[in-house]
Amino acid sequence: MVDIAFGPEPGQRPDLTDHRSAYLEMVRRKRMYGGILMVLFVGLMASGWILAEDRNAGGFWSGVPQMGDFGAEVISEAWTNRANLPGLFLEFLPSLIETLNIAAVSTLLGAMAGMVLALLSTRGLARWPALIPVFRRTMDGLRAIPEIVIALMLIYILGGGPVPAVIAISLHASGALGKLFSEVAENADLKPVEGLASVGATWGQRMWLGVIPQVAPNWLSYGLLRFEINVRASAILGFVGEGGIGYDLKIAMQWGQGRYDKVVAIFILLFLTIFLIDRVSDHFRSRLVKGQ
Amino acid sequence: MTSFTQTPPLADQLVATFTRRRLFALSVPVVILVYLTYIFFAFDLPGLAARARLDNAAILLSDFWSHKTHVTRDNRTGEIVVAIEGENKGTYPDGMVPDWVTIQGDVTTVDLGQGNVVTYDAAGARYVVPGYGTIDIKPVNGKVAMTAPEPVPDWISVSPNKISVTTAAGRFNYSRSKVETFKYEAGWELSFFTLDSPFHGKSIVDLAELALWDPRIETARSNFSYMVSEVWTNKMWRHGDVIWAIFETILMAFLGTMGAALIALPLGFAAASNFMPLRAVRFAFRRVFDFIRGVDGLIWTIILSRAFGPGPMTGALAILITDTGSFGKTFSEALENIDEKQVEGLRSTGANGLQRARFGVIPQVTPVLLSQVLYFLESNTRSATVIGAIVGGGIGLLLTQAIQTQKDWEEVAYYITLIVLMVMAMDSLSGWLRRKLIKG
Repeated sequence: MVDIAFGPEPGQRPDLTDHRSAYLEMVRRKRMYGGILMVLFVGLMASGWILAEDRNAGGFWSGVPQMGDFGAEVISEAWTNRANLPGLFLEFLPSLIETLNIAAVSTLLGAMAGMVLALLSTRGLARWPALIPVFRRTMDGLRAIPEIVIALMLIYILGGGPVPAVIAISLHASGALGKLFSEVAENADLKPVEGLASVGATWGQRMWLGVIPQVAPNWLSYGLLRFEINVRASAILGFVGEGGIGYDLKIAMQWGQGRYDKVVAIFILLFLTIFLIDRVSDHFRSRLVKGQ
Repeated sequence: MTSFTQTPPLADQLVATFTRRRLFALSVPVVILVYLTYIFFAFDLPGLAARARLDNAAILLSDFWSHKTHVTRDNRTGEIVVAIEGENKGTYPDGMVPDWVTIQGDVTTVDLGQGNVVTYDAAGARYVVPGYGTIDIKPVNGKVAMTAPEPVPDWISVSPNKISVTTAAGRFNYSRSKVETFKYEAGWELSFFTLDSPFHGKSIVDLAELALWDPRIETARSNFSYMVSEVWTNKMWRHGDVIWAIFETILMAFLGTMGAALIALPLGFAAASNFMPLRAVRFAFRRVFDFIRGVDGLIWTIILSRAFGPGPMTGALAILITDTGSFGKTFSEALENIDEKQVEGLRSTGANGLQRARFGVIPQVTPVLLSQVLYFLESNTRSATVIGAIVGGGIGLLLTQAIQTQKDWEEVAYYITLIVLMVMAMDSLSGWLRRKLIKG
């Protein structure tokens, strides 16, 4: 990175009559900049960790053994109650499905909104070219607000349940997907669009028949990736707010000792689900992007 | 001519293909629609309308851009308290009231604007509403009695012990123990100087004069540093704490992302097929990455906060562990896609493994890795807000606390504004760095 960032200035050519010393001069300068950056980075990291540990409730070295202790305690308790695990899996299955549904619906809604936003903010495709910056800033804004902010406010207004999480995740997803979708659409071939325009197709028809078929594989691939991200987000929002398996996990953690078999059951369910989705989406995405 | 004989089966084939495609194209929206219908009932959307608290939404929105001042009289002692948001921190000191309140002996007059005037006196209280008339309230035999023009409209609620009036200008409550008037005003009050500060209520010009050439208020320090410290330690808004919390959140994201990148780089070499000849080792590292990513950030956060307690280091470690898995995977993929020619060239000069990696590989992968790291840095700033809410550190903690009290919505609005600004700043910073470092 240093090599590229601090290379010779475009207009200022080194003196080629004495190329040896010019080269050595350049190398020296690059090494110096690299060294300065390195020292700065190491200093920032070291002081950052010291500061973070200072402001933490527990220190790093005292915490490391406790991490093992907690794990051992949880696992040993779950092991003695291992007969409960299949029953617990069944007990938490509905909340897992709720979490997955939250993720799926918000991916769907986010992708639909993202599609429209992307087409409206892509140069060459936009319905109203003058409004492109407006739609771009809208997407930036949607991406910038963390889900938790919207979810917690909506819980206050709408009460608990999955709907606040769906709205929060959808809004964020529409901003994030809109940006990625628009990057894909920018590279779409405009000839089909022109052809459709020449036969008098409306904007909607041009997009639906001329652009969507070209970009669909890449868009689907991004959608799958977003679904994976949204499953994690919906589990976390459940933990902070209400609804889904995250909420069950919070309750089980609050009970603490005696309920660790529940914690372990939820951990395993979550792990398997995320692992499975990760694999499946990886498989389909490489097929979608690289062809069959 | 031969093509002519083939036409009917080809045509049939094409028609069949098109029918199939059309059916498929039609089935996608249908499936989505069916799924959304199922969700409509599974998430109980019809019941949502009944559960939604639109009055809460109104409170939230009005708190976002305005504040209210309480003028309260204790009906037993006759003591008058004027307090912003009814909080101790915002209580006007004795002898100081806003200019729309006048206290003369027993009589207190509150001017709510637009002709709305509330008067407290020894007999009781009166509220003059323009276009309606005077609402006169007196305690009678331990009950509260009201005289008002008939018919009583629905914005006045009357019960034996309490009378509430809500108008566009403000709210008014009379109960046996106390009488309160709330006046709503735009803006976030006391956002710079609290009432006990000598700088409260001064105009910008006055403040500039004070800072630049007026005599010192405290001899020990200049007026300007006094002002800065008054803002920094503002009791109502706690700017100092909030800025620290924002800093902690950024710190978590920075330490977590950079730490993960530093750990994942050597591990990425160990998991890339062109650098690690041993298949078993490669396989083991890949499964470790998969495991780390599969154990979601939420689970890591919970386990870590058990061990290390609340604070920014716990959050940084949670981000570090989760991202090590993601970075390990993407780094090893980037390493597998490098151009082998440069490595071969170095090998021909007799460079050893470390030198080949440093001069043949790193310059090739740096742009890819760096843009990945910067992208994660930006998205982790957002995650650090949520992780902070779980582990108890940074702005996420302040935000969830403020939301859970369900009354300090102006603080929530303040935090949200800061969070959005922070995320946008990190977004442009990472974009700027990416352009600077990668494209030159």
